[in-house]
Amino acid sequence: MMQGRSWFRLFALIVGFAFLYIPIVSLVVYSFNASKLVTVWAGFSTKWYGELLHNQQILSAAWLSLKIAAITASLAVVLGTLSGLVLARFGPFRGRTLLSGLTTAPLVMPEVITGLSMLLLFVTMEQLIGWPAGRGMTTIVIAHVTFTMAYVTVVVQSRLSQMDDSLEEAAMDLGARPSRVFFLITLPIIAPALMSGWLLAFTLSVDDLVTTSFVAGPGSSTLPMVIFSKVRLGVSPDINALATIVVAIVAVGVVTAGIMMSRQQKARDRDAQMALAANQQMIESMKKG
Amino acid sequence: MKRIFKRLGLTGQGLVTSVPYLWLVLFFLVPFVIVLKISFSTAEIAMPPYAPLLHWVSEKVVQVQLNFGNFMFLVEDNLYWKAYLNSIMVATISTILCLLIGYPIAYSIARSAPSTRNILMLMIVLPFWTSFLLRVYAWIGILKQNGLLNNVLIWLGVIHEPLQIMQTYTAVYIGIVYSYLPFMILPLYANLEKMDLTLLEAASDLGCKPWQAFYKITLPLSMPGVVAGCLLVFIPAVGEFVIPSLLGSPGMLMIGKVLWTEFFNNRDWPVASAVAIALLMFLVIPIMYYQRMQDTEAGGGLRK
Amino acid sequence: MATSPRATQQKFEPWTDPDAKPYVRIEKITKKFGDFVAVDDVTLDIYKKEIFCLLGASGCGKTTLLRMLAGFERPTAGRIFIDGVDMTAIPPYERPVNMMFQSYAIFPHMSVEQNVAFGLRQEGVSKAETARRVGEMLELVKLGQFGKRKPHQLSGGQRQRVALARSLVKKPKLLLLDEPLAALDRKLREHTQFELINIQETLGVTFIVVTHDQEEAMTLSTRIGLMNHGEIVQVGTPSEIYEYPSSRFVAEFIGSVNTFEGRLIEDEPSYVRIACDDLEIPIYVDHGVSSAPGATVWAAIRPEKIHVSREKPDRADNWAAAVVRDIAYMGDMSIYLLKLDSGKVVRVTQPNVHRHSDDRITWDERVYLHWHPESPVVVTK
Repeated sequence: MMQGRSWFRLFALIVGFAFLYIPIVSLVVYSFNASKLVTVWAGFSTKWYGELLHNQQILSAAWLSLKIAAITASLAVVLGTLSGLVLARFGPFRGRTLLSGLTTAPLVMPEVITGLSMLLLFVTMEQLIGWPAGRGMTTIVIAHVTFTMAYVTVVVQSRLSQMDDSLEEAAMDLGARPSRVFFLITLPIIAPALMSGWLLAFTLSVDDLVTTSFVAGPGSSTLPMVIFSKVRLGVSPDINALATIVVAIVAVGVVTAGIMMSRQQKARDRDAQMALAANQQMIESMKKG
Repeated sequence: MKRIFKRLGLTGQGLVTSVPYLWLVLFFLVPFVIVLKISFSTAEIAMPPYAPLLHWVSEKVVQVQLNFGNFMFLVEDNLYWKAYLNSIMVATISTILCLLIGYPIAYSIARSAPSTRNILMLMIVLPFWTSFLLRVYAWIGILKQNGLLNNVLIWLGVIHEPLQIMQTYTAVYIGIVYSYLPFMILPLYANLEKMDLTLLEAASDLGCKPWQAFYKITLPLSMPGVVAGCLLVFIPAVGEFVIPSLLGSPGMLMIGKVLWTEFFNNRDWPVASAVAIALLMFLVIPIMYYQRMQDTEAGGGLRK
Repeated sequence: MATSPRATQQKFEPWTDPDAKPYVRIEKITKKFGDFVAVDDVTLDIYKKEIFCLLGASGCGKTTLLRMLAGFERPTAGRIFIDGVDMTAIPPYERPVNMMFQSYAIFPHMSVEQNVAFGLRQEGVSKAETARRVGEMLELVKLGQFGKRKPHQLSGGQRQRVALARSLVKKPKLLLLDEPLAALDRKLREHTQFELINIQETLGVTFIVVTHDQEEAMTLSTRIGLMNHGEIVQVGTPSEIYEYPSSRFVAEFIGSVNTFEGRLIEDEPSYVRIACDDLEIPIYVDHGVSSAPGATVWAAIRPEKIHVSREKPDRADNWAAAVVRDIAYMGDMSIYLLKLDSGKVVRVTQPNVHRHSDDRITWDERVYLHWHPESPVVVTK
């Protein structure tokens, strides 16, 4: 249609994607650089991967981060779904604006503020009631859940507002009490959104640095904390190796998601064909009387 | 349906509402109150390192000590003023850059064929799922003296001496734009994708040239997306810590770094709290504006 | 084919029977949303086995009224009785009422069978019994072989049947239908209209239907309740509403009509004469009208009740001269727009009885209209 525009579009896309991906590609490429200087090429080598796998500090930090992320994501999905449900389905009530604000603010709040404030909370609570005792995994999880549930809320809330709520009314009309309606009808339908909410919360938790630094205790170093202390001093090739592994995992995940999505699309197309054929059948049988 | 919930009494609806509500009030709202309280306290060599506000002078008398010194300190010492203004300037410029780069990308994806759109968006979002920290680290490797960029430029013959980009504001801008770009693209894309293309066809039919149509129709209609994207970048960028630490110079005054330093290096919790409160005061208006926008977009829970 | 059940029910008119007790009693129901009054003091009695249609334009309150019957809205004032029991405060999942939604609301993650079985499972009906009843119902709506399919594998018309089956399988006392035929295309709509009636008669369920489509209301209902701005304007059988509208609004809402505004110049128990500015000769109506003499009234005459001819009619009244301004040929009939000398345009329809008509009335011809004294309906508001 408008030829000039498609050149512009292509140009924008190429430049944009180059900008986004060159850093990532550089990380991967340099992880195979034999030289310790990382960016001065000295030949191909996989020794940094070996070093990485023997680095106890990094390995235990990674394990801790994964544990925390899994717990965080699960809690965040529960809390985020509840608040998404409240905001999307429950009508106006006193305090609704506050709830809406409390679930939106963490999305934009600078982490230095949330980190500091949560630490001070934990310190005060420890003074008053003795819990949480010291900073560690518990405090990290609580902090992570608090800000990741905001993201889950947004995902769930938007999914629920897209959903036809006459489905829920129909279920009630047929005799199901509200709680049953939620578990039998609403939940199965929004399940994919919950899944992506879980993944989102997991990723945010695994990657979090600032908030975690404030609320972590002496014994708990998460992966981002270890990485940060290393890279403050300069580049380090084992970090490149780590980065490559992360990129590989994410790439596999995204490609899998893409394949699943296209399969679903194909199935939907098939079903639509079936429906069309069924429609034809019905018209034929009507004509026959 | 909501009326039914209400009729059931508070138990059903109230219970569901109170769980996330209580969590957020306790772990998100109350902490701010505590920060406020401690900003009025004095630093002490103690554990925790600040003095309590309430003193029991005798059995029946309580004395409240509010130390405004922390806030005076912020006002008097140039460091803090400069840091705040600097952070705001950096955040503003980064937001504008993000918009200039992100808008064409979002627009191009939104106008692509539907089948490619999803793949393209997936590719935009993919970096977001890899670690933020690692991606900033990648830029260290690119921007430093013997890094990728300098190596390529020297190899191409464009320059003869390596450029000093690390530890400059340029590096910080690159870092912020790179990290926050998805936050700009996503709301823009969501908005542009929903746009009714027949409006542009009608404009063209009425004699509008493509650039005019963009300026008069697409741009105004995309404003909600633009505003959302800008807020999603600007507000967190003001308090950004990691990027200035890794890519900027040690002398660079950014409020996120200042807070961190006060807290971890100086162990001055009260001053750190005062810094946080001052930052929060500034950001509260954009945050509320963002929240109001989100609420109207999501429909506010009111049907039809 | 057996005779239609309707043929055997000679006079299904329980509302005329003084001893009949209404099955559904809507008593002084009002619903306000803030300051906006959606339903204004409506009282209505609906009898068992009726198909009662709430008809009206969008925003007239009919859907709100239906939702209050279902239990999704709570009335601001008034009460609802179903089979003698006060249901006003009862939640929807405890009412013996089922609803068929305009969007059908078929659960997308369940098969057809599971959808239809849903209500029965909620009641605690055994699996065996559920399967039997579901099978029966699917046969009734002609979806017997589609039980295992998922909703997106069905056409719109089939999904509608699933919705119908699902709401009827619980044998509710009352079935509420929200614009049931709106989403269907024309051919399917006609066919489905008659099927709906047959199913209703087979099962003996009382239907309350909400629709904005007058054709639908006329075809389906035993009685129609016409609504406007939250109020019930007239209740009656389709022919009553059509031939005996109680106001201009009703006359103009259903079908097309020509209204002549005039004054009563003669007011007798057995006839009246109305003088209209648009007609040279007054309208003579062969029945009395309860109104003050000299009052402003409107005579409403349906297009099919006016006759067009080239010859001047030999009668004293109920005729006029006009020029043919426009003709629309519809195949089965023709619509004529005729301009009177006063400038008013009258709409007349005539069936095209003869196939070859070289002699049909054409544009700009000077013609005469006339009608029978019993044709005009006189309304006073």
